[in-house]
Amino acid sequence: MADQPVAPHTVISTGGEPYLVGSHCSACGETHLGAFENCPACTARGQMDEVRLSNQGTLYNYTIVYRSLPGVTVPFISAVVDLDGGGTIRGNLLEVEPDPSKIAFDMPVKVVFRSAADAVAGGEGYLAHFFVPAN
Amino acid sequence: MSNDVYIVGIDMIKFGRFENEKAERLAAQATLMALDDCGLGIRDIQAIWAGSCNATMMGQRMLHYIGQTGVPVVNVTNACATGATAFREAWIAIKAGLYDTCLAVGAEKMGKGMLVPKNSQGTAIPTEGLLGSGVMPSVFAKMGMEHTRKHGTTFEQFARVSEKNHRHSTLNPKAMYQRETPLAMVMESEMIAYPLTKLMCSVNVDGAAAAVLMSEKKAKQSGLINRAVKVRASALASDPFTARNLVMQDVNTVTRLAAQNAYEMAELGPEDVNLIELHDCFATAEICHYENLGLCAEGEGGAYLDSGATQLGGQQPVNVSGGLLSKGHPLGATGIANIYEISQHLRGEAGARQVEGAKIGLTHVVGLGSACAVHLLEKA
Repeated sequence: MADQPVAPHTVISTGGEPYLVGSHCSACGETHLGAFENCPACTARGQMDEVRLSNQGTLYNYTIVYRSLPGVTVPFISAVVDLDGGGTIRGNLLEVEPDPSKIAFDMPVKVVFRSAADAVAGGEGYLAHFFVPAN
Repeated sequence: MSNDVYIVGIDMIKFGRFENEKAERLAAQATLMALDDCGLGIRDIQAIWAGSCNATMMGQRMLHYIGQTGVPVVNVTNACATGATAFREAWIAIKAGLYDTCLAVGAEKMGKGMLVPKNSQGTAIPTEGLLGSGVMPSVFAKMGMEHTRKHGTTFEQFARVSEKNHRHSTLNPKAMYQRETPLAMVMESEMIAYPLTKLMCSVNVDGAAAAVLMSEKKAKQSGLINRAVKVRASALASDPFTARNLVMQDVNTVTRLAAQNAYEMAELGPEDVNLIELHDCFATAEICHYENLGLCAEGEGGAYLDSGATQLGGQQPVNVSGGLLSKGHPLGATGIANIYEISQHLRGEAGARQVEGAKIGLTHVVGLGSACAVHLLEKA
């Protein structure tokens, strides 16, 4: 069986390709990560259209986590990425040294989907999004 | 006669770790201390708001220890703004004219170490460390990094907040820790989430604080007006929409909204405030809140700290109690403990850490989710 998405904003197409889903408000133009019925930005009701979000973006913010909950492997980079065309998402930034001098604000990143199976004791497969440098 | 509301009695227990205590027993201690502060008894209290994030029915259970008088009790939870929210609800009830003497109490029993967030996303497997990090140090590390991104604020500047507040705590016998931490010690302690080291994170401790609020008429009739502290403004805000709020919690905008509402209600400006107790749950937050509360211009938070303005003896001392960083942060108690600190200064009873001539003080707490409470207090 194919890996199931960890987060509700990850959707797998009928062709088996994962992508991020968002909501675009036709009243105010704001794009949010995930599904919404009403707009948290402008309060418009029932004017949200489901949209496919970009898998390209730029690094808005990050921290390097050295102490997390028990059992979580550290260090890792917790990143906030602004997706091209709208939507903001949090995730781990991979393939970059966890060192502030090696991480640049606004660096271009792409969204990749990888198996998170290692995180699950029972061996069920889960799919998570990660960021890697775009260049 | 105005419908202003006054604090007539207020106190807090020394924050610490009380292995064998319950939140309601700590609340009872603080309540009796606040009643003693104004010479009243529990029978004088007409209604109670009790704040705690972890306890259940704490207000009623507290009365089992000090007297079950049958008054209405409302239990309040609003994350780190819980205590201040309980205080505000008591203020509202007196403002509304329903009661003239009310109690607000906040208490918390905390575990040691990092707070474990609930799985609010309802995902099938835990996401911490898989989809980034949502634990508190990470959230407030990002708050600091956003300030660095916009204004170039440095790790060293953030660390100086801890140096300052820990120094202040040496003058506060009710603080959990009363230890100086030189800048190098702060910067070299264990890195938790860059740029936050362990000494830049607040302490999870047990604690309780309580306040007796009274109408002006009753305070005058009871002869309690002379030592009373007037509530000039009480503001509470929830997080308005901002672009990244849903994935990177924004405690700046909610603070700005509550502060603006408080200043308008009091017809005061930031320049009128003589001392501030703000929510330094992590060192990064304090510098951001200088700007959010209007103490300095946008982007000048780091420089404002460097100028010495916010240390004891400076122009606008901030967190002379030692702050959450060293006094400790028992969630439900914090909002009332901050009001206690300001009240002591306005009464001229703050001892070695007294801010001389303090007339107006500001308290600020912010709970993630989010809730922000700002109070402006004045010497009666």
